[in-house]
Amino acid sequence: MASTIRVRATASGETTEVQALIQHPMDSGFVKDAKGEIIPPHFIQQLTFEYDGKNVFVADWGTAVSKDPYVKFSFKGGKKGDDLKISWVDNKGATDTTTAKIV
Amino acid sequence: MAALAFAAAPPAIAADTPNPAADAKAFQKYFTGKFPKLKLEDFVNGPYSLNEDMHKQWEEKEQFPPYEFSLDMGKEMFGKPFKNGKSYADCFPNQGIGIRQNYPTFDEKEGKVVTLELALNRCREANGEPPFSYVKDEMAALTAYMAFTSRGKPFDIKIPNDPRALAAYQNGKRYFYTRRGQLNFSCASCHVQNPGERIRAEILAPALGILNAMPIYRSEWGGMGTVSRRFTTCNIQTRGVPLEPQADEYRDLEYYLSYVSNGLPISGPGARP
Amino acid sequence: MNITHKGLGATRRVIVQGAASIALAGLGSIPFGLAPAFAAADDKYPEDAFKQKSEADAIKSLYGKTAEPSDKVKLDAPEIAENGAVVPISVATTLADVTSISLLVAENPNALAASYQIPPGTMPSVANRLKMAKTSNVTAIVEAGGKLYSATKEVKVTVGGCGG
Repeated sequence: MASTIRVRATASGETTEVQALIQHPMDSGFVKDAKGEIIPPHFIQQLTFEYDGKNVFVADWGTAVSKDPYVKFSFKGGKKGDDLKISWVDNKGATDTTTAKIV
Repeated sequence: MAALAFAAAPPAIAADTPNPAADAKAFQKYFTGKFPKLKLEDFVNGPYSLNEDMHKQWEEKEQFPPYEFSLDMGKEMFGKPFKNGKSYADCFPNQGIGIRQNYPTFDEKEGKVVTLELALNRCREANGEPPFSYVKDEMAALTAYMAFTSRGKPFDIKIPNDPRALAAYQNGKRYFYTRRGQLNFSCASCHVQNPGERIRAEILAPALGILNAMPIYRSEWGGMGTVSRRFTTCNIQTRGVPLEPQADEYRDLEYYLSYVSNGLPISGPGARP
Repeated sequence: MNITHKGLGATRRVIVQGAASIALAGLGSIPFGLAPAFAAADDKYPEDAFKQKSEADAIKSLYGKTAEPSDKVKLDAPEIAENGAVVPISVATTLADVTSISLLVAENPNALAASYQIPPGTMPSVANRLKMAKTSNVTAIVEAGGKLYSATKEVKVTVGGCGG
């Protein structure tokens, strides 16, 4: 099955722009289901982007990040064909990781 | 087309002689007249083309759209054979690729309108598979993929020279303009009379091009929805009685709405508030 | 799918305090060993800051200092959110030595929405999509050269983002 992480990493000149879209419910714990019961919080807490063995970006998220969360940032460096590793961990301890090529 | 009715006949033409081609022309003229700054193809973006602040938000979302996951799932599903070895490609012209703009079609054997969603479930049932719910999930994923393969192609709905087809078209048109429900709204009340205006907190989409972006990821739903989902929820929101997905009126309504948007490009899958 | 489930006992467990936090009880902290990539920043998840209700408390928990408004912090957010569930918001700054960018939504149940660690070599800008419960001030905090700078904008929300 496909990863929950979709990445677009584009090198342009000296910088690499990274966009990520992650499939995750990001339940806040404030919403009730059809039966009137609270849907427990279920959200990504930390999302890490690693290039060349170093973190280039770390996102610390709470429940106010939208469902199927999105983030965009840029870093200096990164060449076409290089790997970018993305990992996340959520409040239930679940994780996912993927490696994308910079284009 | 329209010339047929006028050629040698006397000018006294019955007021309700159906003339879909003239309808479509008048429909498009009404909207382009109302929004002169918009290009015809802009109408497929619904409320986003009518409000600057919303347009910015939409552009940001389109950089990496929320319907990506559904689209990927749809592509995967579309390519996977049924248990009997056949696949969706066997049910559709051109293997099902790049054909969305031709739906709904009028099936002359059956004498009824066939929408894409209906065709997909019939394909499944004909091959021994259980049908999907019409409103979301798998059906949305499949139609998202099929719409994607038709992106940019103009709606090309045909009304064959068959009185039943014309009747279905007229039926859809009538549904569109009929008031119903506690709020006594017709589809036209919002989408013809008040596009770009607010109904409570929402900006209304113009009826022209309103199906071109289907299926859509709505922020309101936190997920994908099909044409069936939108028709039923719209009835519910206007405090009317929703019909079953793919009820005759809904099929005819989709036929009418798609036909009058002929020439506008398919933009689906789409994102909406 | 590459998802693994770690048991609750597997990692550092943060003791949760406060009646309002009961819903979040038992949250594990970061289970996979992130080798600290840069000495200056602490990449531990700021659990406590996310539990705070008010902006002031969240900023205090996260940074231990207060911010001064600065026009060098550019906060881009809509006038009226199309839907409170998905509000595209971005922050950029011309300040130097940026180490962190955070976003707070004052009227949300917990003000801190997101906090981004900016290692050296990473551009001081971020775009994301947040939930807003209702019309609220959105504040961007930028930590630059050890000091905090902020920018605030009001975003109107007509269709609430918490499932309302």
